[in-house]
Formats: sequence, C-alpha cells, structure tokens
Amino acid sequence: MKNRAGRFISYLFLIISSIISVFPFYWMFVISTNTTAAANKFPPKIIPGDQFFANLQNAWENADFITALFNTLIVAGTITISQLFFCSLAAFALARLQFKGRNFVFMLIVSTLLLPPASPIPLYIIVSKFDWINSLYAVVIPFLVGAFGVFLMKQFIETAIHPELIESAKMDGARNFQTYYRIVLPILKPGLATLAIITFMAIWNDFVWPSIVLKDQSVQTLQLAVRGLQNAYNRDTALIVTGAFITTLPLLAIFIPFSRQFISGLTEGSVKG
Amino acid sequence: MEAHTKQSKKPKFKYGSQAKKDALSGYLYVAPFFILFLSFGIFPIFYNLYISLFSWKLFGAEPEFIGLQNYIWLLTDDPTFIKSVVNTFSIWIISTIPQLFIALVLAYVLNQAFVKMKDLFRMAIFMPFITSILAVTIIFNSLFSRDFGLINFILGTEGLDWKNNRFLAHFAIATMVNWRWIGYNTIIYMAGLQTIGKDLYEAATIDGANKVQQFFYITIPQLRPIILFTIIMSSIGGMSLFIEPLVFLDIRGGSANQGLTMFLYLYETAFGTKYNVGYSAAISWVMFVIIVMFALLNWFITTKVIKD
Repeated sequence: MKNRAGRFISYLFLIISSIISVFPFYWMFVISTNTTAAANKFPPKIIPGDQFFANLQNAWENADFITALFNTLIVAGTITISQLFFCSLAAFALARLQFKGRNFVFMLIVSTLLLPPASPIPLYIIVSKFDWINSLYAVVIPFLVGAFGVFLMKQFIETAIHPELIESAKMDGARNFQTYYRIVLPILKPGLATLAIITFMAIWNDFVWPSIVLKDQSVQTLQLAVRGLQNAYNRDTALIVTGAFITTLPLLAIFIPFSRQFISGLTEGSVKG
Repeated sequence: MEAHTKQSKKPKFKYGSQAKKDALSGYLYVAPFFILFLSFGIFPIFYNLYISLFSWKLFGAEPEFIGLQNYIWLLTDDPTFIKSVVNTFSIWIISTIPQLFIALVLAYVLNQAFVKMKDLFRMAIFMPFITSILAVTIIFNSLFSRDFGLINFILGTEGLDWKNNRFLAHFAIATMVNWRWIGYNTIIYMAGLQTIGKDLYEAATIDGANKVQQFFYITIPQLRPIILFTIIMSSIGGMSLFIEPLVFLDIRGGSANQGLTMFLYLYETAFGTKYNVGYSAAISWVMFVIIVMFALLNWFITTKVIKD
C-alpha cells in the first residue's frame, strides 16, 4: 500500500515536471497561431487559433529571414565542421600520442573551461582591429575551435579507443594521420555527433555576440532577425513569438528524433573520467 | 596503460623512430587548435587586464593610462555596481538552490526501476535546454505580462507587476533560468546515479531504511563529486547571468536597475551608451574575483555539509 502511494507520487512528480517543461513550447505555438489582439486579452486564450500563416507572412515581411537563414547556416556549418576536425585531431594527439608539454596544454585548455566567461570587450577590439565588424568573419573565426570540444573528444577517445588498437595499427604500418582518419574517426562517430549537435545548437541560438559585431541587415543571423522584430516601436507579441517559434522548430526537428543518443552522448562525455 | 607507456619508451632515441614521429605529429595536430585557441581564447583574457588600466572609450579619444583608477572608482564610488552584485546574488539564490534540488529528486525518481517510459520523460525534461535563451525570454515575457499574463491568471493575482517590482523581477528571471537548466542537471545526476552500486541500497533496505532515508544517506553522499561539479558550474553560470534580464527588462536591467546583474552592467557600460571599455574591463576583473571566491566558498561548504 505504502509502495503504491510512493509510485503514484513519483509519477505525479514526473508528469507535472514534464508538463511544465513542455508547456512553454505549446504556449509559443498558441500565440503564433493567434492574433496579437487575442494574445492581449485577460484571461489569455489558451487554445491554438488559425492565424499562423498570417503571422508568418507578417514576420516574413518585417525581417529578411532568407538572408538570415543563409548566414546562420554558413556560420553554424563552418564552425561545426571546423570544431569536429580540429578538436578531434588535437584530442587524438593529446590522448594517444606521446610528446612533451601535452599535459600542460591539456591543463591550460581545461582550466579555461572552469573560468567565468570572458568579457566580450577584448574580443571586440581584436575583431575590429582585423576590420571584421559587419562581416561574418567576426562570428566565425574566433569560434573555429573550442576548449569544450577538445575536452569532450578526449573523454570519448579515452573511453572508446584502446591504446592497443592504435599500437596495432602502427604495427601494420599506418602513419599517425592514417590512424586518426581510418581508425579513430569511425569509432568516434557517436562523440562527433554529440559535439556537432552541441556546437550547431550553440551557434544557432547565440545572439549577443552577433548583435555586437553584426549591425548590417545583410549579415544578420536568425536570432538577430527575431530580436529585430522586437524593437521600441513594435509590441506585436504574435509577430515576435512567431519569429521565435520558426527559429526554434529546426532545432526541435533535429533534437526529438535523436534525443536519446544525444542525451546519452552528452552525459558520457561530461561525467566519465 | 602503465605497461604500454613503458613499452613505447624503449626505442625513443633511434633516428626516425616511432617516438619521434609521434611527437612531431602530436605538435602538428595540436598546433592549429592551439594557435586559434591562444589568439581568441587566452590572449583576450590578458588583453582585458591591460584595457582595464586605461581610460578607454570605444570610438573616442586615444586611450589614456590611468593605472588602477577604474578599480578605485568601481569599488568606492559606484552604487550601481553594488546594486548589480546584490541583484546577481539574489537571483542566484532563488534559482540555483531549487534548481539543483529539484533536478536531484527528478533524477532519483527517474532512476527507479518501476518507472516506465523513461526516455519520454527524459526528453520532455531536457527539451528546454535546446531552446534559444532569446525564445525562452520572449515566451516568459508573455507569461509574466502584467496585464495579459497567464501566470497572473493562474495565480489569481491580476495586475501583479512582475517587471517593475525588484523581488518579483528576480523571481521571474530565476524561473526562466530554472526552467532551462533543471533538465540538464537532471541528466547529469542520472548519469552519476548509474554509477552507484545496487548493493548499497539493498543493504539499507535490509536495515529498514525507507526511500527518503536512502535518498539522504546514500544517494546524496555517493553523488558528492557530481553535486560539487553542478554547484561550481551553476555558480559560474548564475554569477554571469545577463541575457535573461537583458531581454526580459532592458539593457539597464529595468528603469530602476531592478534586474541589473554584474555581467549586464559590464555589457551596458561597454556597449550601451557609454562605450567605456576601460571601466567595463575593470568590472569584468572584479566580477572574476567575486565568482572565483564564491565558487571556492561553495566548494568548501559543500564538502563540509555532504560527508561520506
């Protein structure tokens, strides 16, 4: 009897937590399918309406989403590919090749992970010295590599790739790069997928740094386009939320089918070791 | 591992040996990463220290060296900064403590053998983490609206002004933070729980300990390293909070700075209207010291409170 009550409470707790977690997504959907007039009523309307396409069209006319999408894909794509390659290559060297100073390099990288996020000011001054303001270089080049990427890839290599495997590849005459390319990369696939999603997600969602260095319409990213819908003159709730909703949808479309692999990949990398 | 290292040491000094090739490849493979990381990750940290010693305005006159003057102003003559420190700690307390506790309980419940559809619950709870902070804040803006907000409707508190009352604004911001991070911490704790041996729980059950006792006397002590990790990370994250108040209120954290956090103050000083990067850099170093001290304090308290 007592046990049954415990189970009931456990399920109740899980269900309430899940509803609270998912509800704001539903709310985004509700507002983006209603008019602002409906959103500005008390009590608020809590069922979806039929205004989605009207809101979408309105958002489309108020921001250049095509350019923004194109820019975002270039930025996020370049950074993701670069991080996968450079971080896994460096992690392979740090995990499985012997050379002087590798422990120092790794310690340096990990210690920056534990530091509070650095101020954007020095980076802004550096980037403006290179004359990259209002250019996608400003949002791509500083993020081509990342400390977290190396840390995560090193964790994966250490758990998934035994030193014996590398040793035997060398006995068979493989050079180091061949070992990395033919043996490490294929085994590392789940880790690479996790890093790819994290990196892509972070770049896709970022708007503070882009808003500092990208002022022109022609270089704006998706989050900047959404932010632009919410200006001092515009209090059009349905419009802004529709913008936020359509930039969230692609991430949900990636996340939901792969959530299981992604979540376990993320925890494996961050907790082990 | 030991044996392997010893073996590969033997042929180290032969010309063109594997050891030499390994070292050369090692440097080559780390180099591109390291050069980029040094230029855009490490150098800016020190460059920031240099900037903080100047009276330096973006788009203004030439920077002028003023030594520690920015720090002196900041620490002795800036009530706005003090206010931002108080706000930051206030929001941190009402976000981190419930956040980590709820995550821990959720992870514990989700880890029970009888729970079905674990994947579905995990996915639902983790979903907030993948959303952009911008979208999150826009939605909570609507939910916490004074005149048309769903929260006021549900609570029956018509006309409650979540933005302009200092404590309510902190509460609203903390809610956004909690919503976004509870799932993430739950997942981290779940991974930790899987490393705890079942025999500990079995022995406790035989000794007559109930589930609540098991949670406090077995789960929490066993998870200590992971709890420490999440406390340190959420101290750093919470102390650096600024996007939520920036979007929920404005760049000054509201008309009376009621939601101005340290990082937001830093941001406003540099990119708001003053473009005072020298002063802003000084704020970031003071902030840095506060965060490190606070993280160490948390670490100390946690290790004292949770004993094996």
